[in-house]
Amino acid sequence: MCLAIPAKIIEISTENDNLALVDVAGVRRHVDLGLLEDDRPKPGDWVLIHVGYAMTKISEQDATEQMRILEMLGESEAAMQEVRGYGSENAERKPVT
Amino acid sequence: MKYVDEFRSPELISKTAEEIRRLADPNRRYRLMEICGGHTHAIYRFGLGDVLPPNIELIHGPGCPVCVLPMGRIDAGLAAAARPGTIFAAFGDMMRVPGTQGSPLEHKARGMDVRIVYSPSDALKLAKANPEKQVLFFAIGFETTAPSTALTLQHAKKEGVPNFFVFCNHITINPAIRAILNSPDMRLDGFIGPGHVSTVIGCRPYEWIAKDQNKPIVVSGFEPLDLLQSIVMLLRQLRNGEAKVENQYKRVVAWEGNKVALRAMEDVFELRPHFEWRGLGSIPESALRLREKYAEWDAELQFDIPGIRVTDPEAAQCGEVLRGILKPAQCRLFGRECTPERPVGALMVSSEGSCAAYYNYEHRKTAPLTTIEAPA
Repeated sequence: MCLAIPAKIIEISTENDNLALVDVAGVRRHVDLGLLEDDRPKPGDWVLIHVGYAMTKISEQDATEQMRILEMLGESEAAMQEVRGYGSENAERKPVT
Repeated sequence: MKYVDEFRSPELISKTAEEIRRLADPNRRYRLMEICGGHTHAIYRFGLGDVLPPNIELIHGPGCPVCVLPMGRIDAGLAAAARPGTIFAAFGDMMRVPGTQGSPLEHKARGMDVRIVYSPSDALKLAKANPEKQVLFFAIGFETTAPSTALTLQHAKKEGVPNFFVFCNHITINPAIRAILNSPDMRLDGFIGPGHVSTVIGCRPYEWIAKDQNKPIVVSGFEPLDLLQSIVMLLRQLRNGEAKVENQYKRVVAWEGNKVALRAMEDVFELRPHFEWRGLGSIPESALRLREKYAEWDAELQFDIPGIRVTDPEAAQCGEVLRGILKPAQCRLFGRECTPERPVGALMVSSEGSCAAYYNYEHRKTAPLTTIEAPA
């Protein structure tokens, strides 16, 4: 729970600029950008997400390393399950490109 | 050296391990505490203890919110959710945590409507999708998680969602560090500071550790190189007789923290006079509760919540392990009555608890582990 998950911003909602669609290793879900009001991410930026909120912007390299850490800690499956929202969010699976 | 190649700068990892050996005075012992449960897990997984010279000991700190939550709070949340028409929503980490009448999952098996949510905002969505039900969200976590609960409550208030309630168990890290430093049997030389908590609170809140307690603290990332570099930074300070707050995790943690998150927490929460921590006892001003303007969404006011106080199982020695007096395997129950499959104490429940991490990587050693070779 305490390890943050790296995600790439895909698009920001036109109706609510605090709502973003992100991609986590091919899985997409919505996250809240409300905690980054002072330093707004744009589509293409990488962020660390924690319990559905983007916490901080990071570099692409850091995002890759963070995902590797989660894999090595055996937390990546739990993380992906979390991202899929245990079914509460209709996260669509996209192939990793 | 297998795993080292998978991370950036493998040569730098070897050099850093050498630097640690060079800096550590063979004539003294170093007791360094990593505060964060994520660090504990990483240290065991990467076998970092094996790279360090034997006179550097890593003590595992209180930074696993599931582990330090007293059983009485779980019982209280589950008792409140027994009200007909109530959905009990909590993070996945909470589901197997034992209460006196069983874990949330066991309550689910007995018919309670228990849902796993990834985010407080998913719990709010659940409330909006089920207007005839009441959703009790079991909020837990340090300052990493508290801002998300705060923003979710702001949304609930703004949208006037009447059936969403937060049972607040958020805690703050600094009072726990203070309690550990004040315990008479504790001798520590320095701290590896939490990474993701610090993205919210920044580095300034640790200054008292350096100034008043004369101990160095280095905020650290989670990669093997991050943790080793943080140990180098601590050893340098100790060699020079310094005590400062330093930030090794600058690429993610800003010195001032996240002001938006801090403002949201300030708006929604206030400090409780006291809160019980498993293994550490009652610590003043160490936890958060909802401010009066959020009373309508406060499960502690809107539900009949019994003030349950349950003493920790007497045989389990979670407290001594949490304070670093015992190693996990030195507890009477470790690996026998208490295992990750059937945890008695909370340190065995979460993968970030030091007992579960020790059990999975040191004790069982079933999976082939890759470790760093110590420099010759």
